[in-house]
Amino acid sequence: MADLMTNAPSMARHVLRGRLEALLAAEGALGFALPREACRSASLNDAHALWLGPDEWLILSAPEAGLGDRLEGAMGAHPHSLVEVTDRQVGLVVSGIEAEAVLSVGCPLDLDQAAFPIGMCTRTVLSKAEIVLWRTGPETFHLEVWRSFAAYLRAFLTASAVVPVAD
Amino acid sequence: MSAPFRTDAGGQIDRRKSLTFTFDGRTFQGVEGDTLASALLANGVHLMGRSFKYHRPRGVLGAGSEEPNALVSVRRDKARVTPNLRATQVELYDGLVAQSQNRWPSLNFDMGAVTSLLSPFIPAGFYYKTFMWPRKAWDHLYEPAIRAAAGLGDAPTEADPDRYLNRFAHCEVLVIGAGPAGLAAALAASKSGQRVMLVDEQAQFGGSLLAVTDALIDGKPAQVWLDETLATLAANPKVTMICRANAFGYFAHNMIGITERLSEHQAHPDAGAPRERLWQVRAREVVLATGAIERPLVFPDNDRPGVLLADAARIYLNRYGVKPGKRVVVATGHDEAYRAALDMHRAGVEIAAIVDARPYPRGPLVEAAKAAGLTVREGYAITGTIGELRVNGAYIAPIIAAGQVGQTETLSCDGVLMSGGFTPSVHLFSQSRGKVVWDETLETYLPGQSAEAERSAGACRGRFGLAQALADGFAAGADAARHPVTHSFAVEAVEGDPKGVVGALPHNRGQGAKAFIDWQNDVTTKDLKLAVREGFQSIEHIKRYTTTGMATDQGKTSNLNALGVISDALHRPIPQIGLTTFRMPYTPVTFGVLAGMARGDLFDPIRTTPIHDWAVEQGAVFEDVSLWKRARFFPQGREDMEAAVRRECLSVRKDCGIFDASTLGKIEVVGPDAAEFMNRMYINAWTKLGVGKCRYGILCREDGFVTDDGVVGRIAHDRFHVTTTTGGAARVLGMMEDYLQTEWPELNVWLTSTTEQWAVIALQGPKARTILEGLVEGIDLSPEALSHMSLTEGKICGVPTRLFRVSFSGELGFEINVPAEHGRKVWEAIWAAGQPHGLTPYGTETMHVLRAEKGFIIIGQETDGTATPDDVGLTWAVGKAKPDYVGKRSLARPAMADPARKQLVGLLTQDPAVVLDEGAQIIVTRGQKPPMKLMGHVTSSYHSAVMGRSIALAMVSGGRARRGETLHVPMPEGDIAVTVTSPVFYDPEGARVNG
Amino acid sequence: MLLITCPHCGPRPELEFVHGGEAHIARPAQPEALNAEEWTEYLYMRANPKGLHAERWRHLHGCARFFNALRDTTTDQFVVTYKTGEARPDLKGPAA
Repeated sequence: MADLMTNAPSMARHVLRGRLEALLAAEGALGFALPREACRSASLNDAHALWLGPDEWLILSAPEAGLGDRLEGAMGAHPHSLVEVTDRQVGLVVSGIEAEAVLSVGCPLDLDQAAFPIGMCTRTVLSKAEIVLWRTGPETFHLEVWRSFAAYLRAFLTASAVVPVAD
Repeated sequence: MSAPFRTDAGGQIDRRKSLTFTFDGRTFQGVEGDTLASALLANGVHLMGRSFKYHRPRGVLGAGSEEPNALVSVRRDKARVTPNLRATQVELYDGLVAQSQNRWPSLNFDMGAVTSLLSPFIPAGFYYKTFMWPRKAWDHLYEPAIRAAAGLGDAPTEADPDRYLNRFAHCEVLVIGAGPAGLAAALAASKSGQRVMLVDEQAQFGGSLLAVTDALIDGKPAQVWLDETLATLAANPKVTMICRANAFGYFAHNMIGITERLSEHQAHPDAGAPRERLWQVRAREVVLATGAIERPLVFPDNDRPGVLLADAARIYLNRYGVKPGKRVVVATGHDEAYRAALDMHRAGVEIAAIVDARPYPRGPLVEAAKAAGLTVREGYAITGTIGELRVNGAYIAPIIAAGQVGQTETLSCDGVLMSGGFTPSVHLFSQSRGKVVWDETLETYLPGQSAEAERSAGACRGRFGLAQALADGFAAGADAARHPVTHSFAVEAVEGDPKGVVGALPHNRGQGAKAFIDWQNDVTTKDLKLAVREGFQSIEHIKRYTTTGMATDQGKTSNLNALGVISDALHRPIPQIGLTTFRMPYTPVTFGVLAGMARGDLFDPIRTTPIHDWAVEQGAVFEDVSLWKRARFFPQGREDMEAAVRRECLSVRKDCGIFDASTLGKIEVVGPDAAEFMNRMYINAWTKLGVGKCRYGILCREDGFVTDDGVVGRIAHDRFHVTTTTGGAARVLGMMEDYLQTEWPELNVWLTSTTEQWAVIALQGPKARTILEGLVEGIDLSPEALSHMSLTEGKICGVPTRLFRVSFSGELGFEINVPAEHGRKVWEAIWAAGQPHGLTPYGTETMHVLRAEKGFIIIGQETDGTATPDDVGLTWAVGKAKPDYVGKRSLARPAMADPARKQLVGLLTQDPAVVLDEGAQIIVTRGQKPPMKLMGHVTSSYHSAVMGRSIALAMVSGGRARRGETLHVPMPEGDIAVTVTSPVFYDPEGARVNG
Repeated sequence: MLLITCPHCGPRPELEFVHGGEAHIARPAQPEALNAEEWTEYLYMRANPKGLHAERWRHLHGCARFFNALRDTTTDQFVVTYKTGEARPDLKGPAA
């Protein structure tokens, strides 16, 4: 179990919303295009943009990189909203050959790689907690959860993983 | 003791592995592979239960989930008692303890059986007819007595200690049932490379193949083909096979609910091993291969122990190596009973006769029986049985005309094997809202038009016989997988006519004879005929009146025979009578597996703040507020809540208190149109609110009633920091998103929840500024720089902060927002700095008292969804110049300005020591008797330490005009006189907040 | 559990959604201009048809967007889902 679930490294988090001009400006600061396809992510080095809605991205970056200020500066007066949520949520990494099966105890999505490929990300539910689920590898998922739900989520995953689920 | 009815060889059991078990306290031996039913039969025990209504002795009828009689309780300990298990599905393990049900004191001698003697007096509808008068007797006499006599099995006496799991699964093809049709379907679908799931309710895959002894499939004995097929499927990584899996419900859009028994069959489950798992399977396509259930014959005393279904007997013989008796009568209207008779004969069971109700039975199975020298009585009906706790003879008679029989003969026997034919299991198909259609040839209901992406295959759609089932299953599997694969199975098997008989056999046994239709609910042909005579015509009404088909077996063995009897009585063909809806679950499921993992600490998320652990360490007492744990008070020594709250309140008023407000909902409203959006949502005016200023915001619904409130700070021209109530956070954000997305998508503004981004530390009291001064950087806390209802950004303890000067206590107050990760560190720094100044932590209870002393409302306490801003004294907050805001039009309705509306007031009891009950009603004149004219109710009531007396807030009709009036609060002990006052009790000038 | 096709995210389980009541009831541009009957009609009166029903859903635990759906209330089948702001498709029920 210790192997199955680890804390994600600390990172800065921002929610980016806005009109097209702002998004284009943001992409200049990011150095890569925001994914426009639903439920997909894009990354460059330590910076990641996760599509959460048609005009909503979760931007993850290295904690001291100052990406938030650069984004704000780049977007300037273009209509947008950039809100820091670094401390709103915590990141968990669930990995291993049983990761898919353990998550399927509480998550109603089809997590087969054909349906949920590497790079896919979405808000969803895991039992009674809302999470952002992001597949970063064949057997690796990054979970973002609001901090007050983290204890519940850890306990639920622990309970889910106790039994053999290699089915 | 060796089991006298066990054969020497054959079957799916391991005779070398002996298992000891007890049934009603008696010890027996069974073997590995047995069910409780097969093990008892091997020991010659047929009597396994008493019937529900008449307490008649009952033996096992079937061999699978259709069993209506042999219901047992299996007990591991006080907490692990599972009632109403079918003995036919209870896998035997060493040490199993099972008990029969519905009998007292013992199964052999049951006092309850006197109801059987009274049976002429308890016909269908008896309860409806009898216990009608007097009405009062129902609650105290009839219902308790009936409930005690009814009820099946005993519940465990302790909480369920077992664990249950959940699993969501997805596949392209789900095959339900692993008999020949299901296996062939899975085989075909698996060749597509898609995900296939195969589930079966039994402990072994194979279904009817497990009892086949003489057929060849593709040149191999059926058992070999089965083993090879299972190996092929198991080797395919895309195939998931689950046995002991009850597909109990077909839900919308191809979601199938399945319970899997994980450890129930084990003698010594690992400690903590889960008992069951709920599978919620979403399938692109479903193949229903649920088989068919053998139909009993309906004749008098067809329920004696020793009377069982012919194919069930064959399964006991071929799969479990158990003979049903020494000499049996085979009564039938269907060819398959001949196969059973032949297998019995070969195993050394004497066949007294095959009694066939059909006039001229012909075909290979009939001929084989005759060739084997078995006596066949063509055109004969079985008209009754003899015996008490076990059948010891059968009456037979020739059928001489429709409904008439001739001279009765008696055959001695210790068993009767009966078969009326097979009824396709259309339960899941029907649950999926598919329409069944009557098949004239087979005289049964078959699946018709599908409502979901499913197809039926094999016996469950009337494709009986091994060859047909395999071919049909394979084609269904290929179709479901959309994979053009074909295979024609070479099957060598003797197969008979699929048609059987429906309804009751004729007899000459008189009015008193009981021919059972529904074994589990004790419904006889007489009950159904009586219902028809009393005027019932609809099958739905007859079902409820007689309870036929309404037991835990959902009429698996009884439905079609019931329709046959009703059809005769109404002189109307079966398809015109209709068919009742099949309800889930297909077989009963435990409450535990439905609750799943949501129990104990995982029942609901328990949300805690960054400061929670500090409060725990300080010995705080917590209360639940939505999913949050909030510190309610911080008792010192042996203080109770009252004492702690009094001390906390006085400390805040005198020195300073510190309070964790982190649970407040927070929404960041950002964008060039932020102020415009706030104007449209909240009743207040926002345009002129300066950056760095705060305002108390009121949110109404479109119907004009207050739904939430909270302080809103303007961080920048285009950025508002909106706070909501703790419980309203999600609701308010959802409401805002609704208007923004669907009404005003053109606005350039976006909403982000920041509830958990910030830890919020409220510092309230005259010394608050003094305490904070040394901790902030770049923040001027002076009243000139940071007046009441303003905010600033800077640092505290090296951490960035949004520092609000606001007060929910009426004292000088600050709310310090810091990133949640730093919440406890900053809290502890403030706590340390406050020590020389008498800083006291306080909880929600004190917070409530402090705000009530100031007449501040709490949403959901003063408001109840029918209070306007004016009702709660907030007219001052309305942005009157605004053209529109949510709720404005509704507030213009005349009723909203009615002076008699309930309005927020203060109440002071004439006796200052009396604290009113919250929720108590208010009347104008004392001494009224119900029904009283109620003028309002008490919404908040506390002892106020600083006032030295009790205070209360109330909503009173026309309340503001009643200031100074004396009203009364009627209580059981007498009326309490109260004086109506302003709701602001303390510091009405509001001087302290500007300190 | 229903399977609902979010116009943005595709087919997703019902657990991620909340129902939002009848669709295509626009808030009047000038509520003040409505008389009491008209305002009551807007505020309270809702259709409850047997058959196709245009209703709002929100993919709360997904993209968080509101959208509209035509659902057959007799079968629970979704005929079509479409984005907020788009006109109601001119469709009859599957059986019609």
